[in-house]
Amino acid sequence: MDAKKGDWVRIHNIVLEAGKRAPNVPEDTQKVPLEMWVKGFLLDEAANIGDRVQIETYIGRKVEGTLVEVNPYYKHDFGKCVPELLYIGKQVRDLINEDGE
Amino acid sequence: MGKDMSYEAVMGRNLEIMKKAIGIDYSKFEAGGIGFDYERMMRETGYELEEIQKIQAETGVGNTPIYELRNLTKLARKFAPKGKGARIFVKDEAANPSGSFKDRRAATSCYHAKRLGYKGVIAATSGNYGSAVASQAAMRGLKCIVVQECYDSKGIGQPEIIEKARKCEAYGAEVVQLTVGPELFYTFLVLLEETGFFNASLYTPFGIAGVETLGYEIATYFKEKEGRYPDVVVVTNAGGGNLTGTARGLLKAGAKDTKVIGASVNLTGLHMASDIHFNRKSFTTGHTGFGIPFATWPDRSDVPRSAARPLRYMDRYVTVGQGSVFYMTEVLAQLEGLERGPAGNTSLAAAFKIAQELDEEQIVVVQETEYTGAGKHINAQLTFAKENGIEVLIGDPKDEIPGKNIILPKDPGYISVEEIDLNKTRSSYIRNCIKYFNVDRVSEEDISFLAEDTKSDEKFVKEVLDELGIKY
Repeated sequence: MDAKKGDWVRIHNIVLEAGKRAPNVPEDTQKVPLEMWVKGFLLDEAANIGDRVQIETYIGRKVEGTLVEVNPYYKHDFGKCVPELLYIGKQVRDLINEDGE
Repeated sequence: MGKDMSYEAVMGRNLEIMKKAIGIDYSKFEAGGIGFDYERMMRETGYELEEIQKIQAETGVGNTPIYELRNLTKLARKFAPKGKGARIFVKDEAANPSGSFKDRRAATSCYHAKRLGYKGVIAATSGNYGSAVASQAAMRGLKCIVVQECYDSKGIGQPEIIEKARKCEAYGAEVVQLTVGPELFYTFLVLLEETGFFNASLYTPFGIAGVETLGYEIATYFKEKEGRYPDVVVVTNAGGGNLTGTARGLLKAGAKDTKVIGASVNLTGLHMASDIHFNRKSFTTGHTGFGIPFATWPDRSDVPRSAARPLRYMDRYVTVGQGSVFYMTEVLAQLEGLERGPAGNTSLAAAFKIAQELDEEQIVVVQETEYTGAGKHINAQLTFAKENGIEVLIGDPKDEIPGKNIILPKDPGYISVEEIDLNKTRSSYIRNCIKYFNVDRVSEEDISFLAEDTKSDEKFVKEVLDELGIKY
């Protein structure tokens, strides 16, 4: 069992199947479904990843979907070192100090 | 019996859903043709400036500091002809509660929703506006849902948008995240119908009126401190609301001669609804992918008549490269001690070049900054760009190809702006009006509306109509 009732989870749904997208979207987007993710507290007694479940979102809305993650967390960060940026500060400081103070 | 929730059926109920979710009967302002009574709509459904100042003061929005960027001005003068190089100032909108000028729009929307008795608000946005609505909703005791376009079909999310989702959740909002596509609007309508919440659209009269205080604060600050209004205000332009509201606020303060210049990041060649292009851009707002379509067809927004009408107020429109904005973001931190952006620094990059065209005693104001953080940071964005096969180079930004490379200028002298021919943009807008309303003849009222809505004149509008073979 991956999750029990009350656990904070993330679910997934297909909103529009590939091929059933709006006519005005580009070809590459037509070929893929419109997908949706929402987070909330699990309402089912117990569930495994991949099960159809019901959740209650933080504001109290009930949504059904496929369980994809338990205790989801953010993984975005400040990126890696970007050596290409390192000249900028030195360059502009040197430029405004050229005439001396 | 449940309602028909199919895509076609829900989209078909658009007007009905919107009327309930905004509480405005837009048909009141229609004139029966292309034109509508814009000023009456703003007057009757918006708020007076003084009321907005009070509403915003209640939730700590506005009256942000203005800094003179002395080191940046000095740097600009190094590359300007003798006697040129205007003083550059910035309005530090990052000092608003959720970290951007969007709090001004959200403050009035949430106040209005609360006053009308809505239990919650919904906003369709992948930008700072989401966190602004979530923050203001928290202060007003409203529930909040933010609908984002966030991932490509591989489930890879734009770091900047993921950060904004995190911030919304921090304020107790529910975040609904979608893959790429304009059908986000369908999900948005379904949620509005299901919850009966208020549509905290970016494009309502109250949302735009919320930005008027920004322009007003700039004008009154300079009148008081410098004895005159600024010569130029540079505005990062996407959906047009920032520019419209700021320009209206400047006018309300009496700054009639201040030039309003729009600036967007150049993302030419990247399709905004393309799954493949989605993660090849390093800016999720402030770019031409929104700037141009919303200027040439403002009523594409999520309300029947957008209160954001940038062509009505724009004196000039320029673009800058992604690399130049990243460069200026680094310069702002290194020379002025302000770590902000990056997307909000689009107008800063443009202002750096525009200042070099103006006399030393003139004043250029960059009218916003935004908070920076994990995901929405130059290192995060450039790392993500590299992971998506974009080359990061140092050279001449003129060689930058959106979606292929990002070129950091070799030195500040390489920062330049590209002009967008506003007359072409105005013509496209008029053409879109004709197409949308499907007419072969327009009235005198329509002509004067089009002249006003494009900040041109009747002669110009008639020339465009002649070219299109439209009678009047």
